Amino acid sequence: MAVLVLLEFDPTGIKQPSRSAVAAAQSLGEVHALVAGAGLGDAAAAAAKLPGVTKVLVADAPALDHLLAEPAAALLVALAPNYSHILAATTAVGKNILPRVAALLDVQPISDIAEVIDADTFVRPIYAGNGMATVKSSDARKVITVRAASFDPVAAEGGSATIEPVALGELPGISKFISAELSKSERPELTAARVVISGGRGMQNGDNFALLEPIADKLGAAVGASRAAVDAGFVPNEFQVGQTGKIVAPELYIAVGISGAIQHLAGMKDSKVIVAINKDEEAPIFQVADYGLVADLFVALPELAAELERS
Amino acid sequence: MKVLVPVKRVVDYNVKVRVKTDKSGIETSGVKMSMNPFDEIAVEEAVRLKEKGVATEIVAISMGVPQCAETIRTALAMGADRGILVETDVDLQPLAVAKLLKAIADQEQPQLIILGKQAIDDDMSATGPMLAALLGWSQGTFASKLAVDGDVITVTREVDGGLETVALNLPSIITTDLRLNEPRYASLPNIMRARKKPIDNKKPADLGVDPTPRLTVVRVDEPPKRKAGQKVGSVAELVSKLRTEAKVI
Repeated sequence: MAVLVLLEFDPTGIKQPSRSAVAAAQSLGEVHALVAGAGLGDAAAAAAKLPGVTKVLVADAPALDHLLAEPAAALLVALAPNYSHILAATTAVGKNILPRVAALLDVQPISDIAEVIDADTFVRPIYAGNGMATVKSSDARKVITVRAASFDPVAAEGGSATIEPVALGELPGISKFISAELSKSERPELTAARVVISGGRGMQNGDNFALLEPIADKLGAAVGASRAAVDAGFVPNEFQVGQTGKIVAPELYIAVGISGAIQHLAGMKDSKVIVAINKDEEAPIFQVADYGLVADLFVALPELAAELERS
Repeated sequence: MKVLVPVKRVVDYNVKVRVKTDKSGIETSGVKMSMNPFDEIAVEEAVRLKEKGVATEIVAISMGVPQCAETIRTALAMGADRGILVETDVDLQPLAVAKLLKAIADQEQPQLIILGKQAIDDDMSATGPMLAALLGWSQGTFASKLAVDGDVITVTREVDGGLETVALNLPSIITTDLRLNEPRYASLPNIMRARKKPIDNKKPADLGVDPTPRLTVVRVDEPPKRKAGQKVGSVAELVSKLRTEAKVI
């Protein structure tokens, strides 16, 4: 039986976390992808190009605008009989929709998998990643969200899937989209960036986050933050890296003025190279950093910007 | 309207947890337990709705070992009116919790159920939407703001790129994100008063639910440890090492 992956997309194509979910799905069977929404434009064509996807299901209807959980879950439940596994990335969208699908199918969802052992068995982090649980499902059908940082995404091009519209039944209309306030940024998304530079409570206020920007510009980095910085109101919650925020695993993670609470480490310790800049040499962040610089960030950041500018 | 608030007893967020040496799970004996932090936010929000005159009664629910009654007492001290404890020694997973909560909701007939967006032990982030599905209700997950107006609740949600606002038909399920509110500390008089508030005891069988887990934990391993690396003496040395040694810039 094939497996179905719910994809997320934006005008530039299929989002990287969804491409990681496709990568996870490939070890489970033939991969079909679902794109759903209202006025989908090029999304289906972009999905058809993903390597490893053999069929793209397209659900384009006003009721699916903004992919609210109630109609989106009803759609996935209607498609479920044809699939052994239903997957999505562990994102705000995946976490909103997939548990709802699972309950309607009388299935215990398997959240945020980091590894596929076999068709029934998966590894997932618990306790902020302080334990890696191997769990085996007894459900006939599996509903899974995928930790994008743990699977290399499939390429955006190279495949040639068939595209098929979905016949839509009645969808629940108990919720309504009102508005979205999305932060506009030229920078890459946190979960997709090759380099991430994050600030913590040591940044002292929101204005000082500007010190990270020339460095982020130079490195093509996304800017993140610790929960302490978000709680203190320095930056909005979508910057948050950690157990209750975003999970990232970039090539290079630069932690600035972050002490390294376990909840923050949970969100970034799979990064390839970690740099910590902190004036407290006892800060726990240095226990996971490949390169540690004990320094006042207000001196070190301008220096770092200048040093990167020089060469 | 009546509001239900499920609260989970978890290892306190300040505890540095350890994997058991036999790899059967996480060491929880002799460890400080507390209410799941997101559930505290849920209780606080319910109490604020009552203070505004929107909520009329708040019922706190917990499930598991008898000590979960302490977690309910915490909610009662914060301002919930009464409690329901579903006692079982079965390892409750979100599907079973959602079914038990549905059975309670069928009896209690609330208009709103507020839950934490995730528990910090199993990090599943599943129970809220699952309960909404079983009840056939609307859901507002990861809420950072909510307002009730007649039979509609407007919810601002924390999504990956920013904020999204949705209008949901009541009855509805809300799950809390960090910035919804800052939970209060219970005062001593309120802690004393909470001791007199009633807690009703039930068993899964009373609610007609089979709580058998669908996921078997095969084993729990320690995550791969990162080794501490080297200290660098200057920004110039850092940049040079990132270029020539780590080759990441």
